[in-house]
Amino acid sequence: MPDTIPEQDLGDSAYNYAYLDEQTKRMIRRAILKAVAVPGYQVPFGGREMPLPYGWGTGGIQVTAAIIGRDDTLKVIDQGADDTTNAVSIRRFFARVADVPTTTRTEEATVIQTRHRVPETPLQDGQILVFQVPIPEPLRMLEPRETETRTLHALSEYGVLRVSLYESIARHGRIAKTYNYPVLVNGRYIMSPSPIPKFDNPKLDRNPALQLYGAGREKRIYAVPPHTPVKSLDFDDHPFEIERWTECCALCGSTESFLDEMIVDDAGKRRFICSDTDYCQERQEEQSR
Amino acid sequence: MIAMSPVLRVYGLHKSFVMHAQGHLALPVLRDVALDVAPGECLALVGPSGAGKSTLLRSLYGNYRPQGGSIRVHHRADWVELVGAEPRVTLDVRRHTMGFVSQFLRVIPRVATVDVVAEPMLRLGASPDEARRRAEFLLSLLGIPERLWQLPPATFSGGEQQRVNIARSLIADYPVLLLDEPTASLDTANRDGVIDLIRTRREAGAAIVGIFHDVAVRDALATRLYSVELPGASPMSTET
Amino acid sequence: MTAPILSAKGVTKRFGGRFACRGVSFDLWPGEVLGIVGESGSGKTTLLNCLAGRLVPEEGHVAYETASAGTVDVHRLSEARRRLLARTEWGFVHQDAREGLRMGASAGANIGERLMAIGARHYGEIRRTASDWLTRVEIDLDRLDDRPTAYSGGMRQRLQIARNLVSNPRLVFMDEPTGGLDVSVQARLLDLLRGLVDSFHLSAVLVTHDLGVARLLTHRLMVMQGGDVVEAGLTDQVLDDPQHAYTQMLVASILPV
Repeated sequence: MPDTIPEQDLGDSAYNYAYLDEQTKRMIRRAILKAVAVPGYQVPFGGREMPLPYGWGTGGIQVTAAIIGRDDTLKVIDQGADDTTNAVSIRRFFARVADVPTTTRTEEATVIQTRHRVPETPLQDGQILVFQVPIPEPLRMLEPRETETRTLHALSEYGVLRVSLYESIARHGRIAKTYNYPVLVNGRYIMSPSPIPKFDNPKLDRNPALQLYGAGREKRIYAVPPHTPVKSLDFDDHPFEIERWTECCALCGSTESFLDEMIVDDAGKRRFICSDTDYCQERQEEQSR
Repeated sequence: MIAMSPVLRVYGLHKSFVMHAQGHLALPVLRDVALDVAPGECLALVGPSGAGKSTLLRSLYGNYRPQGGSIRVHHRADWVELVGAEPRVTLDVRRHTMGFVSQFLRVIPRVATVDVVAEPMLRLGASPDEARRRAEFLLSLLGIPERLWQLPPATFSGGEQQRVNIARSLIADYPVLLLDEPTASLDTANRDGVIDLIRTRREAGAAIVGIFHDVAVRDALATRLYSVELPGASPMSTET
Repeated sequence: MTAPILSAKGVTKRFGGRFACRGVSFDLWPGEVLGIVGESGSGKTTLLNCLAGRLVPEEGHVAYETASAGTVDVHRLSEARRRLLARTEWGFVHQDAREGLRMGASAGANIGERLMAIGARHYGEIRRTASDWLTRVEIDLDRLDDRPTAYSGGMRQRLQIARNLVSNPRLVFMDEPTGGLDVSVQARLLDLLRGLVDSFHLSAVLVTHDLGVARLLTHRLMVMQGGDVVEAGLTDQVLDDPQHAYTQMLVASILPV
């Protein structure tokens, strides 16, 4: 297996296919396989220098680069939108180094890289959702030592997390965490689902798509295989609940999707609009037909 | 009266004190002490001050450690050797069979008088109600007014503390009782109350060994005398 | 029970060439409180940590009689099992309450943690049990949601005790539990400990340099000097009739009040 792909097979690029060299892709794939074999378990990997700084999605990009092929169709969203600067940059990056078709339609994509949202449109068998993760360790804010958190995961000692949930109820009357809400994967490991709103947590449960999570700065990869149970932590007398709005989307009228609150003029007028641009667009097109 | 067999048998008891700070000076106090006590008997230890009466009494309780000899007590329908016994054995004997009335109440801070007295009964597994009732009965008997029952005994007079001590030591019906000057800090009236209490126990079958400085008390309670002297003279046992 | 709850045989711990404790053996029976007394450097805390599985001795064994799974060698247990034991059947009260508490979590959470670790999932019930325990250790209920950072030293210590006892442990290790506290606070805490040991039939190993604490709380005593146990026996006997030169010196050194 050569270290680089012959020049004639490259697209408009002097880089190896998908930017990373073959050995690196192999290493990342091995990490991904381990992660899939142990759902929710954080696998360390040898993160490379990427053409973006840490905090801009390098983990997600490395995972996508390791799995993408010319037969794929790539969608990239940032907070649900295909058209933000970062989503556009990353999509263009892969179009160039991986010579791969891109799309904004969720149903057409085979690989979806996302920052902080899960698409509203239900995913299918065969699709892969790649999450960009800032801090992969769900216990990090409670236990700063990496040596200790590894031990806690290994021994399934999650008391410290349950304490923080108890504290939230004691202080606020309910569990106040609204994003990055910790989940129990396959009944064993507690995982951070990345900073998606808790609204999206139920979508992770037994999803037919493969979920891959990449953290570039922390150099960890974890995964949830298709159809795996993912349960948000709660108490019997304070069960998990998602957010609800009294308004609907001002553009498409949806009452089922996650809404962003927009201020639309200097008088402070507010409108609520779907965070998932593709979903909103699709509904608007349907309504106009 | 038919002589009953002893429940406490001591023979060949040796005890010395070694003061290491004074050039390992050895002070022999007890040598070859032997005695028996049967239920219903009260053996009074007599002898000059410093002769070893208190040492003997404390050795019987396991508070002092003898260097040699045997102290056997009838405990849980069997004989138990206390010299060299494991701590849990001595603790069990103290809990069920052998009581000690010391000269001073060792004050535990903050615990109410009635609870101080009730504690040994609770340790035997009695219900808190039963233990408290018995404690209150004894306290009344010994003339401790009800208004003092909920107070810790730390601020009581010496005589009051001693009566609390006696109540605590006698709340359980020990088959063997060791008394070290039980009436030392009491006035005559209270002293007589204590004498009655102890005599009742003796008549109910307790085997008693005691040190009584007050001759009147000794005459009221003792059935036999045992003379304790420092090693050099042989001890004698005489009937009253 | 016909077996000792904790059995130490020849426990020896070295740090380099120095013996921190040497050849320590004893059997602790259910319901007994064993005191380990000695001055600084005597090895008593090292011994306690060896008994509780926190340090591994170079020689010797420590055997613990579990509630329902027979006898285990404390140092041959897997890390997972040892930590589980430490959270359920054992308690460990540190001298500095900060080491035995989550300072950043409320009192209720501190007490509730062990319950949650063994599967409690009902917030209301956890809170109720935590409240019961707070009352038992004589802390006002309105302090339930306060953090230990807002507590006095004595209160923190009582909270630490509650946190340990909520799982009904059978054996409690205590390292100078009243050290550094004001005298009146000490007295209150000692009382509390006495009461709890009695009412819950706890077995305990208590390290202290204070003979008064030993007199009040322990049934048996081991006196340590330079890593060796120089004397052992019933507490009142060791304190009233000390045999060893070092014990005699210790007892004679107590300041009269």
